[in-house]
Amino acid sequence: GKKNYKADGHPSGGVGVPGGGAVGGGGGGAVKTRKPDNTAFKQQRLPAWQPILTAGTVLPAFFIIGLIFIPIGIGIFVTSNNIREYEIDYTGTEPSSPCNKCLNVSWDSTPPCTCTINFTLEHSFESNVFMYYGLSNFYQNHRRYVKSRDDSQLNGDNSSLLNPSKECEPYRTNEDKPIAPCGAIANSMFNDTLELYRIDNDTRTPITLIKKGIAWWTDKNVKFRNPTGDGNNLTALFQGTTKPVNWPKPVYMLDSEPDNNGFINEDFIVWMRTAALPTFRKLYRLIERKNNLQPTLQAGKYSLDIAYNYPVHSFDGRKRMILSTISWMGGKNPFLGIAYITVGSICFFLGVVLLIIHHKYGNRNTSADIPN
Amino acid sequence: PPRRRRRKKKESKTRLVRSSLLLPEAEPEKSKRTVLACNRLKTTKYTALSFLPKNLFEQFHRLANVYFVFIALLNFVPAVNAFQPELALAPVLFILAVTAIKDLWEDYSRYLSDKEINHMECLVYSRNEKKYISRYWKEVKVGDFVQLRCNEIIPADILLLSSSDPDGLCHIETANLDGETNLKQRQVVRKFLELVKFDPLKFTSVIECEKPNNDLSRFRGYIIHKSGKKDGLFKENLLLRGCTIRNTEEVAGIVIYAGHETKALLNNNGPRYKRSKLERQMNADVLWCVLILLIMCLFSAIGHGLWVWQYGEKKKPIFDVPGPDGKYLSPVLASVYLFLTVIIVFQVLIPISLYVSIEIVKICQVYFIHQDKDLYDEETDSQLQCRALNITEDLGQVQFIFSDKTGTLTENKMVFRRCTVSGTEYSHDDNVWDGISWRYYRVLLMGTGMQKLSTEEESRNEKDITPDPRLLEKVNECAKHLEVMRSHDQPLSHLSPELCDVFDFFIALTICNTVVVTAPNQPRQKAEKIFFKFGLSVLSSTSTDSTLLKLEEKLAYSAQMNNNGYGSQQGRTAVGSAPGEGELRYEAESPDEAALVYAARAYNCSLVGRLSDQVSVELPHLGTLSFEVLHTLGFDSIRKRMSVVVRHPLTDEINVYTKGADSVVMDLLLPYDPRGKHQKKIRSKTQNYLNLYAVDGLRTLCIAKRVLSKEEYGCWLKTHLEAESSIENREELLFQSALRIEKNLHLLGATGIEDRLQDGVPETIASLRKAGLQIWVLTGDKQETAVNIAYACKLLDHDEEIITLNAESPETCAVLLEQCLQCVESKFSSNTIDEATGNMTIGFTPFYPPPSSVLSSLGLVIDGRTLAYALEPTLEDKFLALAKRCRSVLCCRSTPLQKSMVVKLVRDKLKAMTLAIGDGANDVSMIQVADVGVGISGQEGMQAVMASDFAIPRFRHLEKLLLVHGHWCYSRLANMVLYFFYKNAMFVALLFWYQFYCGFSGSSMIDQWYLIFFNLFFSSLPQLITGVLDKDVPAEVLIAVPQLYKSGQNMEEYQPHMFWMNMIDAMYQSLVCFFIPYFTYYDSEVDIFSWGTPITTIALFTIILHLAIETKTWTFLHWSSCIFSIVLFFFVALVYNASCPVCHPPSNPYWTMERLMGDPMFYFTCIISPVVALLPRYCILTLQGTLFPTQLQLGRQLSKLSPETRTQLLTKLNVKDTACQTRLFTDSFSPSLGSNASDGYKANNQSTPLPASPQTGESLFREHTKAEHKTDQTAAASHQGAVLHEENKLPTSASSLERSVGFHEVRCGTSEVESLPLGAAFPWSSAVEQADFSLLKWITSTPLFSHVGTVLQVSPSSLQNETQDSMCVLGSSLDFKGLKEQSSNNLEEKMKGTPTDHCKNDNSETTFL
Repeated sequence: GKKNYKADGHPSGGVGVPGGGAVGGGGGGAVKTRKPDNTAFKQQRLPAWQPILTAGTVLPAFFIIGLIFIPIGIGIFVTSNNIREYEIDYTGTEPSSPCNKCLNVSWDSTPPCTCTINFTLEHSFESNVFMYYGLSNFYQNHRRYVKSRDDSQLNGDNSSLLNPSKECEPYRTNEDKPIAPCGAIANSMFNDTLELYRIDNDTRTPITLIKKGIAWWTDKNVKFRNPTGDGNNLTALFQGTTKPVNWPKPVYMLDSEPDNNGFINEDFIVWMRTAALPTFRKLYRLIERKNNLQPTLQAGKYSLDIAYNYPVHSFDGRKRMILSTISWMGGKNPFLGIAYITVGSICFFLGVVLLIIHHKYGNRNTSADIPN
Repeated sequence: PPRRRRRKKKESKTRLVRSSLLLPEAEPEKSKRTVLACNRLKTTKYTALSFLPKNLFEQFHRLANVYFVFIALLNFVPAVNAFQPELALAPVLFILAVTAIKDLWEDYSRYLSDKEINHMECLVYSRNEKKYISRYWKEVKVGDFVQLRCNEIIPADILLLSSSDPDGLCHIETANLDGETNLKQRQVVRKFLELVKFDPLKFTSVIECEKPNNDLSRFRGYIIHKSGKKDGLFKENLLLRGCTIRNTEEVAGIVIYAGHETKALLNNNGPRYKRSKLERQMNADVLWCVLILLIMCLFSAIGHGLWVWQYGEKKKPIFDVPGPDGKYLSPVLASVYLFLTVIIVFQVLIPISLYVSIEIVKICQVYFIHQDKDLYDEETDSQLQCRALNITEDLGQVQFIFSDKTGTLTENKMVFRRCTVSGTEYSHDDNVWDGISWRYYRVLLMGTGMQKLSTEEESRNEKDITPDPRLLEKVNECAKHLEVMRSHDQPLSHLSPELCDVFDFFIALTICNTVVVTAPNQPRQKAEKIFFKFGLSVLSSTSTDSTLLKLEEKLAYSAQMNNNGYGSQQGRTAVGSAPGEGELRYEAESPDEAALVYAARAYNCSLVGRLSDQVSVELPHLGTLSFEVLHTLGFDSIRKRMSVVVRHPLTDEINVYTKGADSVVMDLLLPYDPRGKHQKKIRSKTQNYLNLYAVDGLRTLCIAKRVLSKEEYGCWLKTHLEAESSIENREELLFQSALRIEKNLHLLGATGIEDRLQDGVPETIASLRKAGLQIWVLTGDKQETAVNIAYACKLLDHDEEIITLNAESPETCAVLLEQCLQCVESKFSSNTIDEATGNMTIGFTPFYPPPSSVLSSLGLVIDGRTLAYALEPTLEDKFLALAKRCRSVLCCRSTPLQKSMVVKLVRDKLKAMTLAIGDGANDVSMIQVADVGVGISGQEGMQAVMASDFAIPRFRHLEKLLLVHGHWCYSRLANMVLYFFYKNAMFVALLFWYQFYCGFSGSSMIDQWYLIFFNLFFSSLPQLITGVLDKDVPAEVLIAVPQLYKSGQNMEEYQPHMFWMNMIDAMYQSLVCFFIPYFTYYDSEVDIFSWGTPITTIALFTIILHLAIETKTWTFLHWSSCIFSIVLFFFVALVYNASCPVCHPPSNPYWTMERLMGDPMFYFTCIISPVVALLPRYCILTLQGTLFPTQLQLGRQLSKLSPETRTQLLTKLNVKDTACQTRLFTDSFSPSLGSNASDGYKANNQSTPLPASPQTGESLFREHTKAEHKTDQTAAASHQGAVLHEENKLPTSASSLERSVGFHEVRCGTSEVESLPLGAAFPWSSAVEQADFSLLKWITSTPLFSHVGTVLQVSPSSLQNETQDSMCVLGSSLDFKGLKEQSSNNLEEKMKGTPTDHCKNDNSETTFL
């Protein structure tokens, strides 16, 4: 047997596998065994960390969480408490409310029903003040409502302008003319007008409300665009379209300023960003701090003039006006701070409990398992 | 080109094959060209065209796929759509694509291997060129003539027509087919034998044979010559595809079956599909998920209906959008539409990727099991094979193991150990295999770096038999006599009967077999190519070098002999050949045969050649004798014997040599005896020794012969030839014919062959048993052998009570079972009283107290016949009730069918997870029936492996396979499945809570992209990694503490309530993840997706951290997968949110993520929510891990300890166990055992069946019942002794005294060892004991310390260890005494009832184990 003796004559034939039984029969030098590689991965021996959940081992985690969360919570809580916020409900459901008369106003009522609400700020608002309108029980997050828009139309796409998406149905066309902007969201745009006056010794000083800068920059500059065409005349550009059913005026008459008119009207843009929850607020105006000497809004009397156009009574909605300063963490919300403090405390408490358990029974795990 | 023609006979199931070389006749096309497989191999499922439709069709058989496609299509209905329709299709398409790609890849690799095989070459005769030319395999057709050379692989099923061998023989190796490495002989068809040179062109015969079938062991047909003469064709004429030609220079034949019609391919069934237990459970939970989904949808639908309804008809709110036609939907219609919408939104609750993930995880698990080097066997160069890919986790839940014995527990390497010739025993003491020194030798060899061919090592055991000097002398003497007689022409009858028997005995050993002789100059070689994908080629030995030295000696010796010899029929002697020829090797179908032939050779009676009609035997003094073989009556399992009919060259008589199971052969001996008493004495002596051999665990065979007169032979020959030539019913006729000649035999002697236990079998069994597995051994061997092997491998313990069931009729069986059950039950009830003390002595498992329902010390032995009765529907429940109580069950003499019936019984009735392990064809049915079938790729071929789900090289590998891989696979998969449910439920619940705040309008705050891809991409990788790589407990601990395996058996990782716990946790977590952002952003200017994106992020963090809590072992892969997932999410979100300002309606999330990431609130929300969500789970797990740790958690802690302390602790845990081993060792390996047992045997045989017979003290409680032979009466059963070991205080023989004393020493030692360190182990315990009793109680309540607790509780009462020990011994003996009394009462009753029967029983020869 040639091959046979070859296998035997070459003791090195199978040396490839150290210490291994090179198995005969393969013949020649190319001894190929099926022996699996002895690598950490294949033998499932990768260096590993094996945490064991016992009182002793997780103790530090609880204390660390507690120690981190409580200061954060206090920080957030303090910040939130420093925010000044004032809120007026002007829905007018109460008979005593000045706006009660406007309760059953309809979309197309002209002239608009107006009412004035006086209020007093107990504390002055030091920094910039944000003026919001708030709606409650208003389901802007309804599935069909959310869908009812055409983003490319709002982006200034001319073909979509004249031929809006099917999603806008039934607010897509009116009397065979395409609606611009189409859809239920646009159609139901909030159209109350709020004006703020400071009452100083019976004089009403109007407070400057800035209406620009309330929308996201990207929305104003990227997502929303007016249709393009010859010239900047929006009326011409929107030719061939009709206004949404509920609107008193077409979209190109939302504002006098050309860079806040049409689809890039910021009130419109803010409205189009549908709220997540049925109780929400939307930024309406900004009140900028004039100078460093004076607070933005001093404590004192103010009056709010409302052009009441937006009907919410039919679905038990509420309308509010909110004045609020703002911090790095947004508006006033004590929840997160309290949550952090609570969770931090619970963790700390649990840490103590576990420490006791560990102290009392925990030895067992280390010493009892190892009797010696 | 050669053409093949073929006609299908309509009326018969045969096929006609003609030569393809014949000129095409007029009607070639007329014969229906029904699909006749050509030799092209095609195992692929698809073609390029059919792939897509066929694969999709197959995938849609899975209900889940249909469901998801339905959901996706629902999105195309405008009224109900929730997502962009195209997007909704994406996940389904992705899943389908992944599966399709996987299928495609598998198919492609099949295609490649097909191509490789199809393009192998072989020589086919060409009509045009008038010679054999090389062709591809795929071009071979039926009717072609193929020529094959040595070591070539056979391309198709070929009828052998010519061979270069002068006798028309051809040897083939069937390793590729069935793994058997021995050579098999094939013969040229009879008529062509005479041809000097075979010329295909002159082949005009027609072959008529069976239709293609998958029976490898059968081929029938005949060849019709032009003359009209018919010749029968047998399996010996057929060369099977896939086999390799050996030892034959050149053969030629005609192709009968090609391609897929060959027997090899008809046998290839491919992998099987099984569904695991876990998967079944999971499917039930998937249904629960469906139910939950429906409830959620229904709830939402009703909620929406109410919401719409509250606004009334008139005052529709401005935010309720009417349908496209401007009309508002009625509340009812709206809720119906919404129902469909939310089904789409909530669809994720049914985990779409679950099935795909599980498949991926299982493939990876299989890969890792494959790669485990501990499951690799160097000796055979084989590793574990997973043949069923989808039941890996079943390995972790096995409750019952059904094992074959031979080849599974034992090596199936037979070593000739003892023999009896003519009533004289030759013990061959030198051959006692010394495991220790042999291993030492092996280590030495390894150490010196010698290339050790392992098989050579093995065969050394087989071959090298040191002859017994007395017998050798007799053989020499006999040969000398014969030589003298022959030289003086004396008749052989002058030889003394004993020498005559000795001579015949060795002749029988040498020639009564089917051993093939191989000379090393025709080396056997392995096919270089792995021919079949499924094939495992077991490499065999090739080396001869190491024996060269010895050979030379031998040659010198035989040369010397030959110098003295004269007149020998010098066919072929070893003298002529130079040392280079080397030693002859024997290839046998069963290892027993080879062992016998090697044994005979040790006595210088060696087989030197075997032809189809002649066997050459080389004898000392006489030279080579050639026996003309007239017939070989092969072995079959019904006759249990084989015979050869030969013409004796010295006497010219016709002799029949028979070799077979003693039970059969003993019955076939001459009924009356001319040599009278002497012969009778020999017979009974032989029987005695046979029993002894069996007690030793040896396999016994009887050798007998018969001398036929010419007339007798002639008479028999006639009928036999008839039988041989018949086609129909041939097997049956041959069987009858064999029965006619195998009678009136003369007993020559008996042999005892040892089948060594495989390495590590006792340890593995002990370890598996500690793991809570019940091990049943089902064997075809006789009871005595089986019982002894069972003792040797620790299946039965010597302090175990053995119940033996032997019944001769169903009635006795019923009575027996009833009695045993009663006994066991009464023992069980009395046992509960002193359970406390019992636990201390018996229960050394520290992790679990012995389950009270199973008596740990009970063994059941049942024989085949009784088993048949017990498996009757009326008795099976009782049998099972009894067997359940026993720690181990041993079924002897069971048929393959019975084996599978037992497995089926346990599987179905006990609803238990069963594993069957075996190596032979007789285990196939059992392997197929069991939930998990394991094959051992050993000596007996590949059939078991083919049928199995897993194939392992050795029995000991079962330990790691089950305890480590099984456990891991189970725990990984169980955790992954639970996690899947949790994950999806948690994610969907977020959407559900949102419905309360969006008027149940089916709106979702999570962007549809996130919603659809969350499962698929963002959260899938970590769970896959964990599913593949997590290790809850390290392998070393799992091996060291087998008890941990019980967690799988008890389904601890995935119990039904866990699904609901996970669901509740998911609900809680989703509430947290929903409401923290809700309150944070309440009444703020946040828009839907600026609010939904943090929720998605929080959900992702929570889900990943949840997995982190569940992950037990962290490698860099875990870390990186978690980090990758989070990074991927942010990356995708950022890219997606920046990609397009007007795309993706309705969400249009342009710049959302970018803005959020600049907002500190986002981070604060994302940090706190996961913490709150996971706090309860984390706390509960921590507290549970501290206060009530499970076994697995303790095991994990164990792995944390330093190696020294761990080993210390483990030795402490197992100290009793090792003591047991020592005890067993002293018991079973004490040299006195043999004689002791034989004493016992004799004593019993002398009909002294005293119930308290001390000799039977090996078992504590042995119940033996023997039903009567003659009268099959119901009440024939009787007890024969219930013996208590500890009670044997009155030993009659010194040896048993010695033994029992030794035993007690060990036992005392044990309890000392056990309780001393435990006392020392808890230095604080003494202080604590009185002071803080509650603490003690608490400690004892945790499972690890339950055992310790009992010790502690008792130890105050018992002053010293010794008293304690004696007390427990006392306690248990009291207990046994009670039982014994009861059973002896029983016995008395029986004896009164049937005194005569009892006496008769005493006389029956086999009375105890």
